[in-house]
Parts: sequence; C-alpha cells; structure tokens
Amino acid sequence: MIARAEPWQTAEVSGLTRALPVIKPEVVVAAIKKSKRPILIVGHEAASVDLEQGKPIDYVIQIAELTGAQIVATAHVIGEFTQRGFNRASWMPIMDISNRLRDPNWQGLDGQGRYDLVLLIGFQYYLEWVTLSGFKHFAPHLKTISLGRYHQPHANWSFPNVTPVDWERQLKSIVKQLKEK
Amino acid sequence: MPKKDIHLKLEELKSGLTEVKGLELSIGKIIEEGWAEPMGPTPYPSVTTLREWDMKLLSKYKPMYLPYCDSCCLCTMGKCDLTQGKRGACGLDMAAQQSRIVLLACCIGAATHTGHARHLIEHLIQKYGSTLPIDVGKSVGIEVEAPVTRLVCGIRPRTLGDLEDVLCYLETQITQLLAATHTGQEGNELDFESKAFHAGMIDQVGMEVADIAQLSALGYPKADPEAPLAEIGLGTVDVSKPVILVIGHNVPPAAEIMDYLDKKSLYDKVEITGICCTAHDLIRYNPKAKIIGPISWQLRYIRSGVPDVIVVDEQCIRADVLAEAQKVKTPVIASSEKNCLGLKNRTLDPATEIVADLVSGSTKGAVILDPEKVGEVAARVAVELAPKRAKFKVLPSIAEIVKEAKRCTQCSDCRRACPNDLQIPEAVSKAATGNTNKLADLYEVCIGCDRCESACKNHIRVHSLITGAAEKKIKEEKYKIRVGRGAIQDIEIRNVGAPIVLGEIPGVIALVGCANYPNGGAEVAEMAAEFTRRRYIVVSSGCSAMSIAMTKNEEGKSPYELYPGAFEAGGLVNVGSCVSNAHIAGAAIKIANIFAKRPLRANYEEIADYIHNRVGAVGLAWGAITQKAAAIASGFWRLGVPVVVGPHGSKYRRMLLGRSDIKDDWNVYDARTGGLVNVGPTPEHLFCVAETKQEAMVMMAKLCLRPNDTSKGRMIKLTNYIDMQKKFYGVMPDDLHQLVRRETDIPITMKEEIVKILENKGWKESTIPDPTLLPRMIGTRKSR
Repeated sequence: MIARAEPWQTAEVSGLTRALPVIKPEVVVAAIKKSKRPILIVGHEAASVDLEQGKPIDYVIQIAELTGAQIVATAHVIGEFTQRGFNRASWMPIMDISNRLRDPNWQGLDGQGRYDLVLLIGFQYYLEWVTLSGFKHFAPHLKTISLGRYHQPHANWSFPNVTPVDWERQLKSIVKQLKEK
Repeated sequence: MPKKDIHLKLEELKSGLTEVKGLELSIGKIIEEGWAEPMGPTPYPSVTTLREWDMKLLSKYKPMYLPYCDSCCLCTMGKCDLTQGKRGACGLDMAAQQSRIVLLACCIGAATHTGHARHLIEHLIQKYGSTLPIDVGKSVGIEVEAPVTRLVCGIRPRTLGDLEDVLCYLETQITQLLAATHTGQEGNELDFESKAFHAGMIDQVGMEVADIAQLSALGYPKADPEAPLAEIGLGTVDVSKPVILVIGHNVPPAAEIMDYLDKKSLYDKVEITGICCTAHDLIRYNPKAKIIGPISWQLRYIRSGVPDVIVVDEQCIRADVLAEAQKVKTPVIASSEKNCLGLKNRTLDPATEIVADLVSGSTKGAVILDPEKVGEVAARVAVELAPKRAKFKVLPSIAEIVKEAKRCTQCSDCRRACPNDLQIPEAVSKAATGNTNKLADLYEVCIGCDRCESACKNHIRVHSLITGAAEKKIKEEKYKIRVGRGAIQDIEIRNVGAPIVLGEIPGVIALVGCANYPNGGAEVAEMAAEFTRRRYIVVSSGCSAMSIAMTKNEEGKSPYELYPGAFEAGGLVNVGSCVSNAHIAGAAIKIANIFAKRPLRANYEEIADYIHNRVGAVGLAWGAITQKAAAIASGFWRLGVPVVVGPHGSKYRRMLLGRSDIKDDWNVYDARTGGLVNVGPTPEHLFCVAETKQEAMVMMAKLCLRPNDTSKGRMIKLTNYIDMQKKFYGVMPDDLHQLVRRETDIPITMKEEIVKILENKGWKESTIPDPTLLPRMIGTRKSR
C-alpha cells in the first residue's frame, strides 16, 4: 500500500483545515518534547492488533514511560495495561475524556493543570475521526496527533495511510528517538 | 393545542323568530370529559411549553458536539466555513449548526413515525370504522392503555377516531419544529436541543398511536408474555414453494396478502417472508409468517433469488431494491405513496391485468396503493411466476467465487468503503487460492450495505461473493423469535414497580434500534444474555429484537426459548416493531402512574422527573442508523432516560454528557426538606457512545443507578457494576466514592476491599433524599 495523506475511509472527506502528514517520526518526537502536558488516549484496538514485534499498546507504554505522559485507556483496555505491569493509566470512555479535554479550565486527571497535546491510538477510524473533529472545532488550546495507522485529517498531525510494517517502524522509531534525546 | 371546539345537538328549538328540529352541529371536538383524572398542567404542549424542563436536563447533561462536516451547505449563501469559531453568512456557529442537524434528524424521525401512523389509521378507519375501540389488553386488565398519549396530550383515546385528533396535534408540532431549522430562525444550540427533545416526545406519541391502532384492529397478541414463537432466518424458508417477500414497516399490504392466501386456501402452498418491522408486525398478525432478518438481510436475500415477488411499503427499504430485484427477475410492488420507486401507479387497474404484466415481465413493478389489491396481486404473481423463475439467483458458486476473486488487484478500495473496515481484501485474496472460509466469516459481521461492491473498480461482486461463500451458514440460519407482545400489563407494573424504584431489580435494559453493528448482531444477543442472567428486565424491539433471536446455545435454543417473555426480573421481552418502542416508554410512565400514583394526565414534567430520578432504565441502540433512531432516543432523553449507542452512533454528531468530576452538577432538591442534596453522578449521562460491547455493558450497569435507590437497591446495582467491570476490564471501578452514599450501600461480599478504597478517597456518608429537579414538588407529597 502506498502512503497517502488522504482519509482512509473514502467518503470521509475532510474539511477546510487538514492535518499535516507525519512522514518522519521526528515530527511526533518534537511535538512531545515541546509539550508541557501530553496525554495519550488509547482505544481497544491498541491491544487487539498484532504487529510483527508486539502490539501498539506495547509502544504506547514505552512512550509513556519515556515521557511521563498521562495515559487514559478507554473501553476495556485498562486490563491490558495492568497485565503488562503499567499501573498508572487512568480509564474512562473516549467521550468522557474528550469532554474534559475540551474544557479549558479542566486541571487534568492529577489536578496539575490542563493538557496541551493529545495523542490518540487504537480507535475505530470513524470514532477517532469525529473525536478529533470535536477537538479541532472546540478545543483550540489543544494540539492533536493521531498515532493510528490511517490518516486522520482532523488532527494537527497524522500518519498517512501506511502498511502495518511501516506503522510499526514509525512507532519504533518514535520510541528510539525519545530514548536518545 | 387543547381542542375547545363545539358539538351542539338540539332536538327542538322554538323561538319567536324560528323553529328548528333535529339540529346537530359539530365543530371539532371538546376534550373528552369521561376521564375522572383532572387535567394536568401541560396538555398538548407547544414547542416551548416544556422548555424549562429541557434546560434543567441540558444544564446537567451538556451537549458535546462532534462535527461531521466543517461547513454548512444548507442555503445558497454557503458553503460557509464554520471551523474554529467562525460563523456562517446567516450568523450560525458550529455548535448551533450541529444541534440544528440533530433537530432535523429528530424531525425526520418523528415525521416518519407519525406519517406511518397517519397512513395506518386512515386505512384502519376505512376498514374497521372510526368507532373501533382501542384495546391493547383489556382482557389482561390494562386500564392505562395509552400512557404516552395521556401524558402528553391529556386525553384518553377510546376509539380509532380519537387517534386522528392526536395525529393532527403531532403534525402541527412537527411542522413548527421543522420550520425552526430554516435559515434565519433558531440560532441557539440549547434551544435547538430543546426542540429536538420536543420532536422526540412527539415521535413517542406518534409511535404509540400507530401501535395501539394496529394492535386494536389487527388481532395481534395483546400484552401477552407468552406470545407464540415464530421462525426467523434465511434457512427457515421452504424454497420449493412460491415465496413472497415484504419489506418495510407498514403492515396492511402484508396482512392483506395473508388474508388473500387464507381466503383462497393457498396459505400452505406459499411462503410469506419479511424483513425489518413489517416482518415483526406480520408475525404479530399471523405467526406462521417467517422473518428473514433485520434490515441488513435485504440484499443477500434478494440476490439469493428465493423471493418470487417483493412488496415494499415504507421505511428502511434499500433505494436500489428495484434494480436488485431486476437482476433476479423478481417483480416489485410498491405499496406506499412515500416510496414509489419510479413505477407506474396501477392502483385503479384490474388486478388480473397487473398480474399478467408482472408475470410476463412486461413491467418490472407497479405502484398499488390499495392494500387489498396488493394482497391479491402479490399472491397471484408469486404462484404464477415461481415456476417460471425457478429461483433464478445471482449468487456465485464456489468455483465462480474463486474465479472472480482472482481478478482482485488488492487495491483496498472495498475495505476503505466498508463502514466497519472489514478485512475484505485479505478474504478475497484467500478466496483466490480456493479457500473461501474468510469470506464466509465476513457474512457474520457484514451489515449488507454493498458499499464494497460499489467501490470496486474491477466490478467484483464483493457482497455476492461473501453471501455465496456463506451458503452453508445460510442454510443453517434457523432460529425462533417470540412474537412482539405489545404493551406491558398494569399488573406487571404493579409487581415490579417497587423493586425497580427501590433498586432491587437492578434495571430495565432496552435493546432497540437498527443493525449497523460494529461486529455483527451476535454482540446484541450476548449483551441481552448477560443482563438477563443478572436479573435485569431486558426489553427489545425492531432489528435488535431480531438479532437477539439469531443465536443459539449449545442445546440449539434461541434466547427467546430460554428466557420468559414477561416484564419481570430475568425476562426477555420483545415488544415488537419500531413503533412498539412506545410501550417501553409507556412502561416507565406507568411505573410513575400506577405504582407511585403520580397523576398522569398532561403532567409531563412531574412524570419525567420521577422517571429520571427513580426508574433505573437505560436504552441501548447498538447499531443505530436512522433518523428514526435519533428521534426515539430523543423521546427517552426528554423523559430523563439515558441512551447508549454503539461507536457508529458518534456520527449523530452530539453527545449529552454529565461531568462526574464537577460535584455541584449533581445536586438535587430533597422534596421532603427543600434542601439541596448531592446525589453523585446518577445517572451520569443522557446520551453516550460506547466503543465496545464490554464498555457498553459496564456503562449500562452504571447508568441504571438512580438517586432514589434504597441502600439494598444501590448495593445490588453496585454489585453488578463492580462485577461487570472486574469481568470485562479486569479492575475495580475508580469512582465508587461517588456512588456509595452509606456503608449499607456497599456490597457485602466486597465490603472490606471497598471500605479501604473509600477511606483512601476521604469518603463521607451522605443522605438519600426524595430527589426532584422541580422546586414545585417540594413538600407536596409523600414519596414513593
């Protein structure tokens, strides 16, 4: 499959403000480094998709450990974190965390202040699509990155549509660069 | 809109000027006064009558918008860019635009049910007369026969004719609501939302009108928990016989087919099968009919070539039904003026001529707007055409599937078109090697939309390949469904009212709506089984009721064979078709009225306040698709009943979410003292998406919590919530400190563990109030 910066679902034509495609993982690393309060929202597909050397959730945990970013697990995926020995993830439905993040006065899960960067991974394409659209329109205080395999035009940054192999390569590269810096 | 018109009857009048005998003057109707209950505060509410109540709910459950489009294109000043705070040329912003779309969807839904009711009642009055009594279960003691209509309109309909008056009111309201969406009308998102609630309430009345009319006239089971079992599934059809397929929601033409077959002693010689809600209502009319399946079974069944004639009425019918039918040489009869399919109107032509034309193939279909004539034509066409068609089908054989699969270039356009991102290219690739198992597996989760096939540049018949590969599964598709029972009996309400309100029955779970499931209908059946086993009352309707039926346990039993059909703990209640959803709302209303003795007549706010604070009911539309589903949900929102939707429901563009972290949002009045009491996030949301079935189940268990729960009831509800979270998530809930009010609320078997959690959170005991959102209820009555 050729990498294309267009929506994965054909009819999900995006609007007037569109995501920048993440061709190099350095973009994601730089955004995380620049962020004062990043948060990762992790859907159930992060634990159900098999990549060659792990599941997306394994890379998410590494990113969280390297950056100290807060994780919010949605649906039933929290158990997958605890099974992997990662015990500082919170959990709530994607709609709940989205609702809180859109509130500029929300002080975060730990009460330490609002988040400035939201990274999403592991959702049905269309569910992430509308969630990101909500952020785009109603949360100007947030930057958003989709770490999913498919291009999400409502994010600020998103991978183009990539193969599972390329996706894993990107995730690994992000982890590697976070370790190096 | 109370009717204050006049009916004047004078036997004899003599005056100095004139002498009149036998004068009878009727101008409209006076409100029926044979009902002893005094008129409540809000008869025939207008668009703004209940606005304050709506705003109370909307201040607790604020809208969260999820724009589906960045722009608005509804007028010629547009397209207007509404991104990131911009306003359109008319001044509307994105929030208002999204809520406007929500209102539009609810109006379409309400108009559809009400239009259905209008057609149905006109037909039934023509056939049975306007004085036909309303009877939804008199023989089983139902006295509150139209709870929604009584609540909203303040009248007690006694005859079919009375329902016409109700329809006039509904049609007026829908027109006003639709007008509010015009450019330059409403501009505030909360007012749009209030109007959407109004549309939902109107929709609920429209559904009730439709269902109690057909229940009364057509001899359906009347509130019968032991309504018969009927057959469902493609495999149930005897393909050696002529087969008729009916699709849609308005049953009279299908019922006339049954009558004609009976009259001509042809019934045992012809198979009559149905898809969608006409099928539900057809088995209510005669359980010998067969249901094929939900909305998503249309294409696969038509392409199978089994139906020899197709009769469509209204709603949820594929727009390409005629084109698809043509591929298998099946004529189509369009029986509703809402859906004419471009066909010639043959209503006034002799039946024999229409039959001859359809059998010869000189015409591909006909509009026939006379249900009786549809009955005759459809039956005769099926009998005469079946031997000629010889079940001509377009589903490929395995050899053809393999050959066709080899043309696939793996471009993935089919997958990118699939609403559920099914792994179609992988399955086709495997099929090209001779292994069609993966294609057959897709049959279980495919929603039958055919977008894959439309997208294929190589014209591979993807949907037909999937169906063809699943031929063995299709033959085994034989299940039992309990015929829709209609209303809930008053005595059932008396029996369960206390345990529901006190919380001892942990909740009422309504599994309703369409079939756009993220992972197939089996998930709905799984959720029904989970809650039934836990002694919730599970009610179902429409496509969801069908999907629940289409599973079997190890002994080959379908859920409706395993669980009782009574409205009781552990019951699995199929109320019937989409319009039967009104009985679910009706049951909640009757709990407030019959059990708690709250006045019903035109007393919407008080009843909704009661339901919201006391009746632990939750709706789940796991595969919601349509505008009707939006309107149905909206009717429940106004009653204060939470609704959960599957992930596709996020495309409705708006959630109604509580914030459990903002404590002051959860204050209610204590009706005994007038003081404000914090009751925690119960119920936490009014409308929310669940991402997976596991999340949906945990969410629903939690949404059954109500401020009024007794300690015993709260303990039972928490036991289920905690148990399900541990089972599906593998962790304890993290919000118990918000949900436990007293130590006696804590489930005994987990007490030690929970007490520790509460101590760590600095938990303190709180009071259990007599909860209300209405200040006027303070000090007015003894709570129940």
